[in-house]
Parts: sequence; C-alpha cells; structure tokens
Amino acid sequence: MAKTLYEKIWDAHVVADQGDNSALIYIDRHLVHEVTSPQAFDGLRMNRRKPWRLNANLAVADHNVPTTADRVQGIKDPISRAQVDALDANCAEYGITEFRMTDHRQGIVHVVGPEQGATLPGMTVVCGDSHTSTHGAFGALAFGIGTSEVEHTLATQTLVLKKAKTMLIRVNGHVGPGVTAKDITLAIIGRIGTAGGTGHVIEYAGEAIEDLSMEGRMTLCNMAIEGGARAGLVAVDDKTIAYVKGRPYAPKPEQWDAAVANWKQLRSDPGAKFDAVVELDARSIEPQVSWGTSPEMVGPVSARVPDPAKEADPVKRNGMEKALAYMGLAANTPIEQISIDKVFIGSCTNSRIEDLRAAAAVVKGKRKAANVKLALVVPGSGLVKAQAESEGLDKVFTEAGFEWREPGCSMCLAMNADRLEPGERCASTSNRNFESRQGQGGRTHLVSPAMAAAAGIAGHFVDVRSL
Amino acid sequence: MKAFTQVISHVAPLDRPNVDTDAIIPKQYLKSIRRTGFGPFLFDDWRYLDPGTLEVDPATRRPNPEFVLNEPKHAGAQVLIARDNFGCGSSREHAVWALDDYGFRAVIAPSFADIFFSNCFKNGVLPVTLQAEEVQAIFEAVAADAAAKVTIDLPAQEVRLPDGRVFRFQINPHHKHNMVNGLDEIGLTLQQADAIRAYEAKRRAEAPWLFN
Repeated sequence: MAKTLYEKIWDAHVVADQGDNSALIYIDRHLVHEVTSPQAFDGLRMNRRKPWRLNANLAVADHNVPTTADRVQGIKDPISRAQVDALDANCAEYGITEFRMTDHRQGIVHVVGPEQGATLPGMTVVCGDSHTSTHGAFGALAFGIGTSEVEHTLATQTLVLKKAKTMLIRVNGHVGPGVTAKDITLAIIGRIGTAGGTGHVIEYAGEAIEDLSMEGRMTLCNMAIEGGARAGLVAVDDKTIAYVKGRPYAPKPEQWDAAVANWKQLRSDPGAKFDAVVELDARSIEPQVSWGTSPEMVGPVSARVPDPAKEADPVKRNGMEKALAYMGLAANTPIEQISIDKVFIGSCTNSRIEDLRAAAAVVKGKRKAANVKLALVVPGSGLVKAQAESEGLDKVFTEAGFEWREPGCSMCLAMNADRLEPGERCASTSNRNFESRQGQGGRTHLVSPAMAAAAGIAGHFVDVRSL
Repeated sequence: MKAFTQVISHVAPLDRPNVDTDAIIPKQYLKSIRRTGFGPFLFDDWRYLDPGTLEVDPATRRPNPEFVLNEPKHAGAQVLIARDNFGCGSSREHAVWALDDYGFRAVIAPSFADIFFSNCFKNGVLPVTLQAEEVQAIFEAVAADAAAKVTIDLPAQEVRLPDGRVFRFQINPHHKHNMVNGLDEIGLTLQQADAIRAYEAKRRAEAPWLFN
C-alpha cells in the first residue's frame, strides 16, 4: 500500500504497538537545552534511573545565554547562570556531550543539530522545545516535547505516541523575487490558522518547496508548530544528502552508501493518502508582515491592518480587537506606514548563513533609520558567526549601525538581557508575536530577514521588492 | 502522578481563543529549575499591573482588578474554561505546572494545542475537549451564576452541569487509564525494556549510522 513519508518513518520506529492507534516509538536523537531539562534530570535522580543510550543525546545552552562579547566572563544574571550551570553539571554527571557556552560550536539547538549532522534523514528527533519541528526539513520526524517526555526519552529512548493525521501542503509554482521561505511559511499559517495543523503532521511539497535550500526548508518546518502541527516534513532529495555529507555526526564513509540508499526512500509514495490537502499558488505569495498577537494574524506587506468590524465570527472579532489594542494599531492602517523601534534578526527560524546574507544584501552601504533604537543581528551558532565574519557580513551590519552579537536565542523570547521595553515595536525574524514574548508589553511583527533589514533602514515596514 | 477521577467545582471563565503558553507562564519564570511554585505566576502579565520576576515576591505586586481570575467570585475554581487552541506555542511544561500549582485540576476548551495537551496527562491535569456550543453553554452558565458547579467525571467521560445537562467527551484510553490510576509512565515503559533492546539490535543491523 502506498505510504506517506510520515507513515514510513513511524513504521520504522515502532518498538511495540500499544493499540488504539498508539505505539511505543524509538527516539534516535534527543537534543537537550537548559530550560526544559533540569527537572527531567532531577526526576532521573529521584528514581535512580540512568540515561538509556548516552550517545543519542546532544546538549547545548541557548535560551539564557547572553549575546554580548563579555559573556566569556560568565553570565551576570544569577538565575540564568544557575540554569546553565545546572545543564553543565547534569551533562557532566551523566556523561552527555554538551557544547558549552564558550565552545565555538555553541548556538541555538535547532541550528546546531543540523549543522553537526546530528539530525539525519529518517530519524526521530525530539527536544524539549516546540521548534524541534525545524529538523523535519531533513525528512526526519522531529517534534517538541515537555519536560516529562524529556525525562521519558532520557530514561527509555522511547515515547508513547498516538499516530498523527497527515496533512499535505503543496505550494505550486515558483515564488517571485524577494519572497522567501519565511513568507511561504507565514502565508501558510495565514491560510490554515494557528490550529489548522493540530493533530496532524504536515508534509510540505510542490515546486516552491523543492526550490528551497536546506536553510529555507528549516525555516519552513520551524513554523509548522505555529500552524498547530507538532511536526513538519520535507521529502529527502539531493540537496538534503549534499547538506549532510561530511558533517561531524554524519554516517562514516563505510556507512555512507547504505545510508544514502535508505534516505532515497524517504518520500511519500505516489498515490499515498493524506487526511487533509491544502494547495497554495506560490506566485500569489507576497512578503508577509504579521499585525497581531498570533502568527495567523498575518498578511502581505501591501495590505492594511484588517478591520475587526468586518469579522463575522464573534470569538475571532473579540480576538482581533484585543490584538489591535495590544499592538497599538488602528484598523485599516497600511502596513507600510507602521514605524518600528527595534529590529531583531536571529532565532531558530532565521539565523542561518543564508538569512544573514539576505539581510546583509539589503543593509549594505546604508544606515539604520534614526527612529530605530536598536537593530540586533544574532547568528544562530558560533559556526554561522565565523562563516559570516569570513564573508565580511559582520562589517556590513556594523557599518550600517546594526549590532553584531554572539549566538543564542536572544530576543526571540527575551530570556536573556535582549528584550523590548513596554510599547516598543519590533520587526523580528523570529516565530511568535505573542503578547510580551519579546519583552513585557513589547509588540512583535514577524517578517523575513530581508524585510526586517529593510524596515531597519527605512524606519517602517517597506516592500523589499521595491528597493 | 496524581490520580484524577472526579472534580466538582465552580468554573473560572477565560474568554479568549489561542491562549498561548507564554501567556500562561511568561519566560522569566522558566529560569526556575524546580517543578513547583509556579502558581503565583500563572497568567502573570494579565494578572498583575506591575512586572514580576522570580526574585519579586508576588504578594508585593498589584493585582489587575480587571483580570477574570482576580474576581473574588472565581477564587478557588478548580476548573478553567477557554476558547479554541488553548496552550498553543512553546512546549514548556511549566504551563501545566503553573495551572496545577494554582489549583486547576481541569481545563475545558473546544480544542487544545498538541504539546500542551500531552503535557497535561503527565501531571494529572485533565484537558477536556467539548464542542464549541457546549463550551459556549458553560460560559453562559458561569455568566448567569459564578457559583454554578460542574462535575467532571473522567471514568464516565462526562461534564455535568447543575441544570442536568450532560456533555460527553472523548479521551484516548491510555491517557484515561494512566490518569484514573495515577500511573508512572516511565515505569510502565521500562517494563518493555526487552522490546526496546530487541528493536535496537534489529535497527543497528539495518541502519548502523543511527547509533554512531
């Protein structure tokens, strides 16, 4: 019977069928960070359990780490420091490989995993972080888990899971210039809604998805969770295989050919049945800007802030009114007339080398607008940072008045010192525009790296295609 | 895990869709390395007029009188009701720990985000999915009488209203069994250790690169 990619990976990982459409599923890779793991390690200790398979785990601190150069002297915030110290101590106690803050490979866990080849096609990958969906770009079944499941994974190398439904999102045709993976993923969420993928695993397909680089596919799958789907998937192709080759955790030379032969099967069979199918026309996707406090509150840069009075559904209308009040926006304001206070280029969505190149290309030779108080560029990992510096991108940013920082999650969720002040408005390449996500009272507009850079130069949103 | 069979309580109404886990427990509290003590920070940004951190005693902060949970008539509610897609966003289990620590034993909504939904079952907090009309009916019942008590009966899979209406809900049989009996899932899985080892041996032969 024709199988979807999801069904193939699921079937290959069933340890034991539990009935009722549930199974004990084997986990190949467990990525660990400092925020969602300390209570899991405590649970192991309390129950006198040991990690089941040490080399399945890879740890890195990312959420709390400062992004300023003085971090080599240690983390100043004592509570953040205690959390990072706890990760260091837990990894040392149990013998788990960790890239510490001072390691040149440190970075955001969802940038580091693929960069190291620790994410491989066909794997099951979990992490106590909802943006684990990122790794689905490699044809891996990757999803975020809570701390109890972190403990369960550490202790048993498995999870008890209910089989998800499948949703195929096909983006037909090719996007126009200036339209990126971020715009595609935002446009999809605008279409299906933040709960559209709930209970499903999304497989992204179509010419526009095939066109994307691996970096672009990671951006796409990263935000599957913002469409409600715990995981997103893209079929394996030559780009996937070329990306993995030669990375530290990639198959050894003598394993390579067998691995590639296996990976080439990682696509949905012709005629495979999906529970839901959504189609988009790539040519109709414009650069996107979110205007509200949920990622589904998004539209093209050429549009206006929508008018809640025109929404028939009372629950939705109420949600829109609350969002516009929080965002300090009037209905029908043209998006391009919204001015900004800060720019954030970074996060597990958009901090890879391709993202930094795209932003730098817009910024080059220009200056940050006078009304923009801060424009932060935070590379996703130490290796991305080194690559960008070897290309001179750091200079492009600093000469334009943008700040060039050390790697980490930074102002995506403002657990470190990088944050918005109350009422400040930010053009952000991150993934969530929730209330107070980037700092209490802060207002987030989600955009692509090129659009964030362009807003930083203009001082307000601007269609990157018009530059 | 705490067992859940039946809860009889008045209901706190949170009339919002897409209540995200950042709203349930903001990021500054995720720096705690403990599993307890998050209750005072539940819905922190909505609940207080001044900002908070782990280092600020919540008793010294000004409650927002307009936030529904601060209304005396809803104090002590063990059931929370909200609109679609409750618990969306981050995987932080701290959201469930905060609800639990505050005193909520169950959340009723027309739909829940997947990771939050799964986290609830690890902590004895029951997510109850009802039809949108049924959720609306409970909102109306609470608006008419904040003291109205609902009964959530997990073995019977029912929510019963004081006027006699009964709303049935669906639940995965594994979730129900573990919750009603308060079972430790890791302990249960480790009873299958031989099956895990057998899987690993077979898989290692087929795809050795997964075990490097």
